[in-house]
Amino acid sequence: MVLGDGRTMVSLIIALVAVVAVLMLATVIVVSRGHARASRRQVDGRRDAGLSDPGSRGAVREAGVGSAGSSGVGLAEAPGPQGATEVTAGGVELPSEPPSIRDRLGAARRMFASYAGLMLARGSISVDTWQELEEALVRADVGLKTTRELLAGLREQVAGGSISTPADLIAALEVQMSSTLHRHASGAPLSFEPGCTNVWLFVGVNGVGKTTTIGKVATREVANGRQVVIAAGDTFRAAATDQLELWAKRCNAGFVRGVQGGDPSAVIFDAVQHAGAQGNHLVLADTAGRLHTKSNLMEELKKIRRVAERPPGKVTEVLLVVDATTGQNGLAQAREFAEAIGVTGVVLTKLDGTAKGGIVVAIQEELGIPVKLVGLGEGPADLVQFDPEGFVGAILH
Amino acid sequence: MFEALSEKFDGIFARLRSRGRLSDAMIAEALGEVRDALIEADVNFGVARAIVARVAEKCREAELSKSLSPAQQVVKAVNEELVQVLGGETLRIRYAATPPTVVLLAGLQGSGKTTAAAKLARWFKQQGRNPLLVGADLQRPAAVEQLRVLASEVGVGVFSEPHDPVATAENGVREARRLGRDVLVVDTAGRLTVDAALMDEISRMASVLNPAYTFLVVDAMTGQDAVTTAEAFHAAVRLDGVILTKLDGDARGGAALSVKEVVGCPIAFASTGERIADFDAFHPDRMAGRILGMGDILSLVEAAEREIDRDVAESTVAKLRRGHFDLDDFLQQMQQIKKMGPLSGIIGLLPGVPKELKDAKVDEGDLARVEAIIRSMTPAERRNPAIIDGSRRLRIASGSGNAPGDVSNLLKQFKEAQQMMQKQLGVVGKPPARGPKAKKRKGGRVTPRGSSGVQKPSAGGPGQLDDPGTVGNLGDAQSLGELTRLGKAGKLPVAWPKRGW
Repeated sequence: MVLGDGRTMVSLIIALVAVVAVLMLATVIVVSRGHARASRRQVDGRRDAGLSDPGSRGAVREAGVGSAGSSGVGLAEAPGPQGATEVTAGGVELPSEPPSIRDRLGAARRMFASYAGLMLARGSISVDTWQELEEALVRADVGLKTTRELLAGLREQVAGGSISTPADLIAALEVQMSSTLHRHASGAPLSFEPGCTNVWLFVGVNGVGKTTTIGKVATREVANGRQVVIAAGDTFRAAATDQLELWAKRCNAGFVRGVQGGDPSAVIFDAVQHAGAQGNHLVLADTAGRLHTKSNLMEELKKIRRVAERPPGKVTEVLLVVDATTGQNGLAQAREFAEAIGVTGVVLTKLDGTAKGGIVVAIQEELGIPVKLVGLGEGPADLVQFDPEGFVGAILH
Repeated sequence: MFEALSEKFDGIFARLRSRGRLSDAMIAEALGEVRDALIEADVNFGVARAIVARVAEKCREAELSKSLSPAQQVVKAVNEELVQVLGGETLRIRYAATPPTVVLLAGLQGSGKTTAAAKLARWFKQQGRNPLLVGADLQRPAAVEQLRVLASEVGVGVFSEPHDPVATAENGVREARRLGRDVLVVDTAGRLTVDAALMDEISRMASVLNPAYTFLVVDAMTGQDAVTTAEAFHAAVRLDGVILTKLDGDARGGAALSVKEVVGCPIAFASTGERIADFDAFHPDRMAGRILGMGDILSLVEAAEREIDRDVAESTVAKLRRGHFDLDDFLQQMQQIKKMGPLSGIIGLLPGVPKELKDAKVDEGDLARVEAIIRSMTPAERRNPAIIDGSRRLRIASGSGNAPGDVSNLLKQFKEAQQMMQKQLGVVGKPPARGPKAKKRKGGRVTPRGSSGVQKPSAGGPGQLDDPGTVGNLGDAQSLGELTRLGKAGKLPVAWPKRGW
């Protein structure tokens, strides 16, 4: 941390605490006096009940960075071997034929009136056609800004006379969207470099499906003949480690766990070193879900990445897991995670529901981060390579 | 979460107001922008359209009114409509005549049901109830285990069976009766609305349990799909309310408006953080106030009342008044505030706090740094910071892992903070004015605006105190008391920094 930065922070904190303290003290005293006056008038004169329960409250989340209370020492870089190492040997089980996006979206598609059908029913391109196109894209969570950018180009083509029927318009939109997706290499396979211990980091906000995604990726990579070690880096959510361990057992991947509430970078460090020593080439690192607005937790991620990069480790993928139901906030998520640790790709989960996950189009347009994988269900085989054409088709039909 | 939305509206309305007479075209344009702002905030497309249509209708009717300028009419119409959509009373739980009162939670995967279940159980406990949790999520690996861990944190038991979720729920009721528990909170597996088998399962569960309340758990970051999800669950289990989760991020939360509009049932609870305590009944009126940029002083007052010990507060103020407020007291204040939740969250609730302060990224790690510095001082140093010389400073700095400059900086800031607090709280510490009805004090005692305050992080180098005015006002006990009363009466004090409504 820059020194000047730190000083400003200290001043700010003191000032804020003082202001809030003033408020709190004033509030408690003034309000409770009001209560006391009121209750004095009551027959039983019982004490003001407004101030109960300073006791039970949940665990405050402690970040790995500089939060060690009284010790107060910042970035302790060398994680100790506190992640007790438990390892299961590798084995192979082939998943069944993976489903395609189009197949799995069938159910979702039927729930919607087909916008394309509506537009095609009209012979020519009218004001309504444009409105319906905008509505279709917005309802798929593409977002207003990206939608209007997409449509602006098409308007020019229509005005120029190169597009004249609704069918051509829809086809042109599909081509435009999928070429954007292709331009950013969406659907490309995950990078793997021989000769080092590849670390694939999985990050994202709470509840998007990181742990499940890791289970599925592990199953797939074990089936591809890779020696996989899973690092249970989510030491915050209760039982997240247990959930992941069940996946590891199912697919015979190695598994390294830490202690609940422990330092996640220690777990990941142990996993990388263990994998290196065993000659395993792939570590899948889980991390706790975190909102991108929590700067201490984003700092924790940076530390995790630094630790994972220690030889023989090399971070070859940082995958941001995004839930298909996510709205416009997905863009803020991608921006913040990318800025903090550099995201190499998006995994779009829960695309088998009614949500269409259009926010990834905005993420591509604005940030250029490709979509690499798509989650289409809870089974081990329900994770497929992203297919731009299939995805775009599902948004409009 | 709604700040961005209210900022947008401010811009739209400022432009409207700057014009004299409004043509229909101008109004239509402004309403189009309102619609876009709603959509960008993740309000469902159809819902945004419906809201704007109703506003337009109101604007047309209002043309008869002569007392308001056309711009004011548009503003008023949007305002009223938003309050109405979001609005209504806070849901009051009615407990079943024959216990247990069954509460069923449903939702998509990852919306936060399990955490919400534990938080809800804690909430019921705080209401003096005796809840039992049922772990009926047999789908996700280790879900029941997660519930058990959280439940043990809040001291509530968990009932679960390994095979059939419907039977588990049914037996959970029996178990609650046997144990004499009066509230039963049932956690269920996350399910997609297109999964017919699982949707059938939850509706069977609902018919077996006959729950007093069925809550849909909705992630505040949800986009357009919130409506589809809410409608499908409503059709399957008849929802009574919504629990909105992950409100502590920067999502604009339009899903809340959408769900309320299409299903019609209220947002009953909101979860605002990862700590178990970060959960409370949802107050639509207050949230509407937040959209309109008025802050949420009532939530703050409640949090303060809940978490802060009055005796400690009284004695601290007495100390301040005598000029004896030292670093130990400061540390104690920090602890108290920490109990209420993250500092940035508290600041977010304060109305009129300058944007620079609200936007300042305060992370709890930095709080710990300040704490570490203070804790590295000896008791004598904490009582009397004046004795800290160069060598003591060096020791404190190395003891806490900071630079000596940080220590000096902290001391300097503390001194200024001390003076500010003394000034602000001098009035409060004195015994209350005679009689039960303390009248408003004369202006003389009230700290004038602009005399002290907090430091704006962006206002220059550290150490420069610069008053945003409003905070000086806030600290004044009389205005705070006044504020509380007015707030409860649903009015805003005149002196309050209002937006242009």
